[in-house]
Amino acid sequence: MTIDNPREPAIEIRDLVTHYGERKVIDGLNLSVYPGEIMAIMGFSGSGKTTLFRQMLGLKKPTSGSIRILGKDINTLNSKDMYDVRRQIGVAFQGGALFSSLTVAENVELPLREHTKLNNQTIRIMSRLKLEVVNLSGCENLKPSELSGGMLKRVALARALIMDPRLLFFDEPSAGLDPIVSAELDELIIQLRDAMKMTIVVITHELHSAFKIADRITIIDKGEILITGTVDEVRHSSNPRVQNMLNRKPREERVDADAYMDRLTGAAP
Amino acid sequence: MNYQIRTEGQYTVIALRGDVDLHHSPKAREQILKYLGDQCHVMVDLADVAYIDSSGIASLIEGFQLAKQHKLQFGLVGVSEPAMQVLKLARLDRVLPIHQTISGMALVSIR
Repeated sequence: MTIDNPREPAIEIRDLVTHYGERKVIDGLNLSVYPGEIMAIMGFSGSGKTTLFRQMLGLKKPTSGSIRILGKDINTLNSKDMYDVRRQIGVAFQGGALFSSLTVAENVELPLREHTKLNNQTIRIMSRLKLEVVNLSGCENLKPSELSGGMLKRVALARALIMDPRLLFFDEPSAGLDPIVSAELDELIIQLRDAMKMTIVVITHELHSAFKIADRITIIDKGEILITGTVDEVRHSSNPRVQNMLNRKPREERVDADAYMDRLTGAAP
Repeated sequence: MNYQIRTEGQYTVIALRGDVDLHHSPKAREQILKYLGDQCHVMVDLADVAYIDSSGIASLIEGFQLAKQHKLQFGLVGVSEPAMQVLKLARLDRVLPIHQTISGMALVSIR
C-alpha cells in the first residue's frame, strides 16, 4: 500500500456546482478530506448531501468544479483510470444494495471474484473474516431476504471492506438500527480507521454517532457548506443554522409572498 | 513485498517485508504452503511488515489450518504494530500463536 501523504487530501472538492434541470442543488462547494480522517457529512433532508455523495463516487457529473479522489480528477478520467480509482474505494449503501439472488457470502465475495485473481480458498477466508469483523459469522449461506435491516447494513459494510479500500464511503450507517448495533458499528468505523488507515466518509443524520466517530464534521444546507470543523468547533458554532440542526429546531424560512403565489398558480417567475 | 527464508532451530522462518497486500499476498501464501507441504515447522516473521491486508491475513489463517492438519507447528513472530492492529481487528491475536522471538518462544508466548 502506498503510504499516503497526510498533507495531500484523499478527497478534494473545488467550486462544485450541480443542477438538477434548472434547480441548483450544490452551490460552489469546497471540501477536503485528509488521509486517515473520518469525515461525517450531515445535513437536513434535501440539503444536497446525497447528491454530493453520488458525485464523490463519480455517479453524477457536476455542472462545474472539480472532484479529486486519491489525487485524480474523476470527471476527466478515462474508464480504465476510473476503474483503478474505484478499486480503491469501498461503498456501503444505505439500503445495502445487495443482490437478492446471491447468498451473504456470495455478495461479500463478489468484488474479489470480479476484480482479482485470488484463489478460491483465500477468497472464502477473506469473506468469512469480514463477516466476523461485522459480527455476522455463521450467516454466510443466508439470502438477503432472510436478514434484518441491521444485518443487511453490516453485510453491505463487509462487501465494501472486502478489497481493503483506502477510502470508504458509508451512507447512513446508523439509520434504523437499535442503539447497541449502532454503537458497535460506530466502534467498528473507528477501528477500521486505526487498523487499516482508511479514510472514511460517513453520511449521517445521527448527531450522537457523528460526534462519537468524526474527526471533522461538515454540515450542508441548501447545497452550501455551513461549517466544516472538529466536533468542538461544530458544537460551539455561532451559526444559527448549525445550531438549529444540532438542536433539532425546525427551520423558519422567510416567505416571499409573490414567489410563493407564483409557485402555487404555476405563473412564470 | 519481498521475503527471506532462514532456519532457526527446528523452524523455517519466512520473513515478510513491506506491504503484504492483494498484489503480493499470493507470493507469501505460496511460500507458507510450500514449506508446510514439505513438513517443516513454520514461523512467519512479521517484524518488517508495514501493511498487511485481509488477503495476507487469509494466507496466515490457511497456513495455521494446514499446520494443524499435518500436526506441524505454525506461528507468527515479531509482529509489527501495523500488522498487530489488523490481527486485533479480526480478533486473530487471540487465535494465532504469536511470539516475540523464536529463541525464547516457549517462554514468551503471548497468545
